[in-house]
Amino acid sequence: MALKQLLDRVVPRVLLTAVSLSVIFLASLLIEVAYTGLGMLSPNLIRGYPSSDPSRAGLRPAIWGSVWVVGLAMLVALPLGVATALYLSEYSRRGWLSKLIYFNLTNLAAVPSVVYGLVGLSFLGYFMGAGRSVLTGGLTLSFLILPLIVVVSMEAIRSVPELHRLGAYALGATRSQVVARIVLPEALPGILTGSILAVSRAMGEAAPLLVISGLIFVRDAPSGLLDGFTVLPLQIFSWILRPQEEFRRLSAAGIIVLLVLLLSMNSLAIVLRNMLQERRAE
Amino acid sequence: MVGGPYIIETLGLSVSYDGRYAVRNISMRFPRNSITAIIGPSGCGKSTLLRSLNRMNDLIPGARVEGRVLFKGVDIYGDGVDPVDVRRRIGMVFQKPNPFPMSIYDNVAFGLRINGIKDDLDRRVRRALEQAALWDEVKDRLRENAYKLSGGQQQRLCIARALAVEPEVLLLDEPAASLDPVATAKIEELLTTLKQDYTIIIVTHNMQQAARIADQTAVLMPDETGAGTLVEYGPTRQIFTNPRSRRTEDYIRGRIG
Ligand SMILES: Nc1ncnc2c1ncn2[C@@H]1O[C@H](COP(=O)(O)OP(=O)(O)O)[C@@H](O)[C@H]1O
Ligand SMILES: [Mg+2]
Repeated sequence: MALKQLLDRVVPRVLLTAVSLSVIFLASLLIEVAYTGLGMLSPNLIRGYPSSDPSRAGLRPAIWGSVWVVGLAMLVALPLGVATALYLSEYSRRGWLSKLIYFNLTNLAAVPSVVYGLVGLSFLGYFMGAGRSVLTGGLTLSFLILPLIVVVSMEAIRSVPELHRLGAYALGATRSQVVARIVLPEALPGILTGSILAVSRAMGEAAPLLVISGLIFVRDAPSGLLDGFTVLPLQIFSWILRPQEEFRRLSAAGIIVLLVLLLSMNSLAIVLRNMLQERRAE
Repeated sequence: MVGGPYIIETLGLSVSYDGRYAVRNISMRFPRNSITAIIGPSGCGKSTLLRSLNRMNDLIPGARVEGRVLFKGVDIYGDGVDPVDVRRRIGMVFQKPNPFPMSIYDNVAFGLRINGIKDDLDRRVRRALEQAALWDEVKDRLRENAYKLSGGQQQRLCIARALAVEPEVLLLDEPAASLDPVATAKIEELLTTLKQDYTIIIVTHNMQQAARIADQTAVLMPDETGAGTLVEYGPTRQIFTNPRSRRTEDYIRGRIG
């Protein structure tokens, strides 16, 4: 009895302390970044090209590299992921094949991302001859976010009421019509919300792309799939490695740019989700 | 007329889910242009029987149908019969109103569009809404989301949606179960007008409702294994005033109280 009461009083405090510690840790990181980087924020940081002069160096190739690589990843992963999710949840609900695929996908989601980079470089880059290019980076990232997209899509598809499907079937709809006209439109907002999260995951990913592109000096934005590239996290990382104090501050400014980008995408996803929940509650 | 005065006829119909029978050996005939009510205690297989009349059971994994269901003399479970075609000709309305999350107009036009009907859409939508006694209430708000309608209006919209594809039979599974008495009365009145053009088969747990609107009534009761069997079927008046079996009498009396 006494032990139970003691626990009742102690446990919440332990938890609260743990929470506070992690919040304080995060907050001090953010403050440190803001303190170091805010002074270096300038239009040139976004517009400028890389340079050995920290006052002129900018993120332009890295931003465009991120857009290319992540864009390609989404272009591949979104249709593939949604199609997989539709197949798994609408066409083979009970099949052993779908269970096997789902099991493998959820396991894939737990593989460290650097492994994707290694496999991507050796298979796509060397074996298929795509080199350390946008193509290799984008395809590798697409496989990294594919499980995420499949899982969020399946969740969105599952939330489509069964009675809507039955209502359509009862009017003489075929299965493809039910999927195209009921399931997909109703699941689409949820799929998009999840996809934004996938984009922001891909944007922030550094390890697999570090393996693929290395820390090369990229002079300009890519102009084709076979061009070399750098991305935001890598450019930031390469600045951190420089000995000059200014570059360290510049990298903090780059982190701010990246954070603002990621946070706004995540907020967009949250806003979208809330809007959808309200609509559904009507 | 193919099939004579009976549009649907079941012959030794049994339905099982994963080997467990929900209804067993049901043979009955449904006359055209009339309302047939199916009553019976909860879980005795009324919905199962109804779903087997337009092959909606095909969508349930593990469901198996034995026996025959003749629609205008043709076995709808026979080789070469497309369940999609069966469902277009034998419409269904569910217990809970289930409008699609789209406009009132698009809800009614849905069945037409998926069946490739493109011309005269406006006229067909209007006719269906008129038949469902909903036109006057929605004619100025056809582009509004269907969820803005009240529960009773939503259910009549679902009836309009089913009627738009011009089925010959309309199956309704406790269509008023979630509605208030006023909305229920509207649906009942609607069904009695609709029987001039359609054959109506309605499952209901509401005895008075069956007594009010049905021309004939079927009573399902579970057998020893729990599978529903047809224990009584005849003109509604006879079922309610002079049932053949003691069990039916007790059941009806208990429900009317
Ligand atoms: N989709 C289903 N899967 C498995 N069993 C079902 C399913 N639907 C109904 N059953 C079973 O079949 C029996 C009859 O159910 P149902 O037809 O819904 O009865 P009622 O409509 O008279 O309440 C019940 O025992 C129920 O558990
Ligand atoms: Mg039922």
